[in-house]
Amino acid sequence: MSEGSKIPRMANQIATFFHSQPASEGPNGVATHINKFWEPRMRRQLFDIVDNHGGEGLDSLVLQAVPLIHRPPPAEVPPARENSAPPAP
Amino acid sequence: MSLVPEIDYGTPASRAEKMVTLTIDGNEITVPEGTSIMRASMEAGIQVPKLCATDMVDAFGSCRLCLVEIEGRNGTPASCTTPVAPGLVVHTQTSRLKTIRKGVMELYISDHPLDCLTCAANGDCELQDMAGAVGLRDVRYGYEGDNHVKARSNGETNARWMPKDESNPYFTYDPSKCIVCSRCVRACEEVQGTFALTIEGRGFDSRVSPGMHEHFIDSECVSCGACVQACPTATLTEKSVIAIGQPEHSLVTTCAYCGVGCSFKAEMRGEELVRMVPWKDGQANRGHSCVKGRFAYGYSTHRDRILNPMVREKISDPWREVTWEEAYAHVAAEFRRIQYQYGRDSIGGITSSRCTNEETYLVQKLIRAGFGNNNVDTCARVCHSPTGYGLGQAFGTSAGTQNFDSVEHTDVVIVIGANPTDGHPVFASRLKKRLRQGAKLIVIDPRRTELVSSPHIKASHHLPLKPGTNVAVVTALAHVIVTEGLYDEKFIRERCDWSEFEDWASFVAEPRHSPEAIEPFSGVPAEELRGAARLFATGGNGSIYYGLGVTEHSQGSTTVMAIANLAMATGNIGRPGVGVNPLRGQNNVQGSCDMGSFPHELPGYRHISDDATRDIFEKLWGVKLNNEPGLRIPNMLDAAVEGTFKGIYIQGEDILQSDPDTKHVSAGLAAMECVVVQDLFLNETANYAHVFLPGSTFLEKDGTFTNAERRINRVRRVMTPKNGYADWEVTQNLAQAMGLNWNYNHPSEIMDEIAATTPSFALVSYDYLEKVGSVQWPCNEKNPQGSPIMHINGFVRGKGKFIRTEYVATDEKTGPRFPLLLTTGRILSQYNVGAQTRRTENVVWHEEDRLEIHPHDAENRGIRDGDWVRLASRAGETTLRALVTDRVAPGVVYTTFHHPTTQANVITTDFSDWATNCPEYKVTAVQISPSNGPSDWQIEYDELARQSRRISGKLEAAE
Repeated sequence: MSEGSKIPRMANQIATFFHSQPASEGPNGVATHINKFWEPRMRRQLFDIVDNHGGEGLDSLVLQAVPLIHRPPPAEVPPARENSAPPAP
Repeated sequence: MSLVPEIDYGTPASRAEKMVTLTIDGNEITVPEGTSIMRASMEAGIQVPKLCATDMVDAFGSCRLCLVEIEGRNGTPASCTTPVAPGLVVHTQTSRLKTIRKGVMELYISDHPLDCLTCAANGDCELQDMAGAVGLRDVRYGYEGDNHVKARSNGETNARWMPKDESNPYFTYDPSKCIVCSRCVRACEEVQGTFALTIEGRGFDSRVSPGMHEHFIDSECVSCGACVQACPTATLTEKSVIAIGQPEHSLVTTCAYCGVGCSFKAEMRGEELVRMVPWKDGQANRGHSCVKGRFAYGYSTHRDRILNPMVREKISDPWREVTWEEAYAHVAAEFRRIQYQYGRDSIGGITSSRCTNEETYLVQKLIRAGFGNNNVDTCARVCHSPTGYGLGQAFGTSAGTQNFDSVEHTDVVIVIGANPTDGHPVFASRLKKRLRQGAKLIVIDPRRTELVSSPHIKASHHLPLKPGTNVAVVTALAHVIVTEGLYDEKFIRERCDWSEFEDWASFVAEPRHSPEAIEPFSGVPAEELRGAARLFATGGNGSIYYGLGVTEHSQGSTTVMAIANLAMATGNIGRPGVGVNPLRGQNNVQGSCDMGSFPHELPGYRHISDDATRDIFEKLWGVKLNNEPGLRIPNMLDAAVEGTFKGIYIQGEDILQSDPDTKHVSAGLAAMECVVVQDLFLNETANYAHVFLPGSTFLEKDGTFTNAERRINRVRRVMTPKNGYADWEVTQNLAQAMGLNWNYNHPSEIMDEIAATTPSFALVSYDYLEKVGSVQWPCNEKNPQGSPIMHINGFVRGKGKFIRTEYVATDEKTGPRFPLLLTTGRILSQYNVGAQTRRTENVVWHEEDRLEIHPHDAENRGIRDGDWVRLASRAGETTLRALVTDRVAPGVVYTTFHHPTTQANVITTDFSDWATNCPEYKVTAVQISPSNGPSDWQIEYDELARQSRRISGKLEAAE
């Protein structure tokens, strides 16, 4: 399995559980779960799939949950890169 | 210091509520009805001489030493077998009794060697004590006649004499010293429940015999030590006592093996450990032990222990020993460099489920307050994280609902995905005791475990399900209970949300959840499943005990919820004898979770996003805490492979061996720039480490462990750390090197901080533990005595929540390439990755991992018992030797993971539980074929391990 496929797989596994729950819980359940347990890097990867790859490979329930998932702040710029001058063209 | 005093009352306590008053030697005594006269006397401080009686087993009445006289009754009844009665007037010392006792002792001594001065029991011999107590002054019978004492009599070989049996690595059996009191035989039956010992022969020929006149090592004996403890003479003696001598002081401490958390007296001579003896007042074990806790402590002084810190630039370099200061400075500089270069979130750590609460608390504090992120996780990720999630959803709190004593009140037990006789032996003994009293048992397990059928134990139902179908089977049990109207409506209406129940009930009642519908893929006969459901719902107090066979699946959390549903639907929550009981794997895995080891929650299971909780810690620690959840172990490894996670501090955990998909773990570790391992030994993970910090054993530090029943038990330092520092001191020194102002002088100060910040620990302190022995959290203003049973008048979350549990087949499926299902487990004599137990004599019972395979599958592949086989999955392959047995069903194979050379986790995949990422260890599709020897991976890995254990200036360390 390629590394890239883990995030959709994990998200879809969560969605699979909530598919069987009462419909009212679905998107909220998925979003709450991801907000509670997913580190920002993982959520960023999820949003990357949604924003830049049309949500490819994501379960419909995950897509419905996306508006409820906390959008993480942009990745931190390490001090090393912040302090170094941009590379010369 | 002195030995911890323990009084032997001679017979077990009576549970009766009715009290009886009698007079013994002029003292008026009131005791519960059913108490023996012997015990009543002892409670009044009057010690009636005895040999065959001890309070760990029922009275037997064979030694004829404990006789008493009772006014108005004829003869001299044995005080051990005579119960008290109102108004009795008992005399324990009369001239008639004195004469009888002296005569009895004289006969005992006439067939016992008189080598007291050189005897290992000298100073701890009840025969010697009794000879003194009855005033024995001479023995009129010589050794000329029949005896068991002398190898040769009158120049001829004495056929009655038997040599010492030294076959067990930990104790000896010297038949010449045996007085045939049967205490060992009864301990094996009543306490351990193995029935390995018997008395062979009759009259003067009577001998204690392991099995059918076998050596101990060849018999069914599981080396729990109960017989040794029961023996009043030197007949059964610890080899360590023979080698060292009698202990002079002892301290009560807690075993560092499984989650039962047995209390032991560490009996010492100076700083040398003479032996570990289970403590009678230990609330988890009630004076019992298993081979690991009782005997397997030799690793603590094993020559493989690393005692000096070590550093190396590259993992291909040999290790270089450095001072502690250099090591701390190096780690601090590296971690700060990595954070500067790759960002604050590029490092993290793993707390140890084998270390103390205080140590775990410090590691998560270092990560949250020092690293400035929440990248902390613990071993529970790979074992019981689904328990935390599932029970949290259903009940509102994640821990087991009962104490271990609860099993004494249960009437019907479901054991699912657990093999307690191997994994949690002392609990298993307590369970078996209850089963022998008549409680019924349902075992849900792919293998025919020992509980399914063993001496005097027979499960009413064994549901041998196919690995991966737990949710279907437990939901089908609920189906039967709901559709046959066997649920406890009163309980549900009072305690649970009725509309949620109705929703759930209509879900489970659907025909697709019926036993008949799931039989084709679960492999469980529908009628058997229906019988089990009916028994559980109608059999009285129903309790459920489960292990990693439940959690370590892609639907682990769902199964936990299904179990919670079952308990609620049958009204089996909130009183003794019932409940949902996760059997925790490691000694302090409960504690490590309680202490905030998960990346999303602070101590006491409070989510990191909760402002009020963060505020408590921010004020105390003087830092701003990150409010986002951190990475879990598998996420850390993924991030490492992706290049955003570069440094890790691992305390007491061997992820390379214990975590699934070894190749992925090693790739993750290899991608990091600073891996810091703190451990007793150069474990497998240390092959990828840049810094090694020597760890200390549980014998070398103060602290607390929290066992599977939420019991906070003291760990007491009985010897100086060989490496110089307890693990909490190492973490503190590292924190100081990273600029944190920590100044704990003793672990008790860390516990005080835990109590001050964590409501469920509010009243816990070392002073309090000193007073009460141990306490089960929550322990606070509302529950000052702690909480043996939870959810008594309502659930922690308010109403219990029924949750639909839809079965979803795992993606790990068998097919033409990988037609068999591999599941994994453990064995009695070994523990976890084996780092400790492999460094003890326990290897005589299990020196290698074997692959259990059904005769049918073996024959199809041309595999015979003992053959080397190649075991391959889509993740990798390894080789090990086959064990052909019908304990596993056709289509299923099984192995343990105690030995690094086997590398069972090369085979397991990176599939995991949907909610918690707990790996799916228990289901891997595999193929098996005959093999000539180790796989390429094993050869390469062996070489890597050898290379990476080199230490500059030292000869290669031998494993």
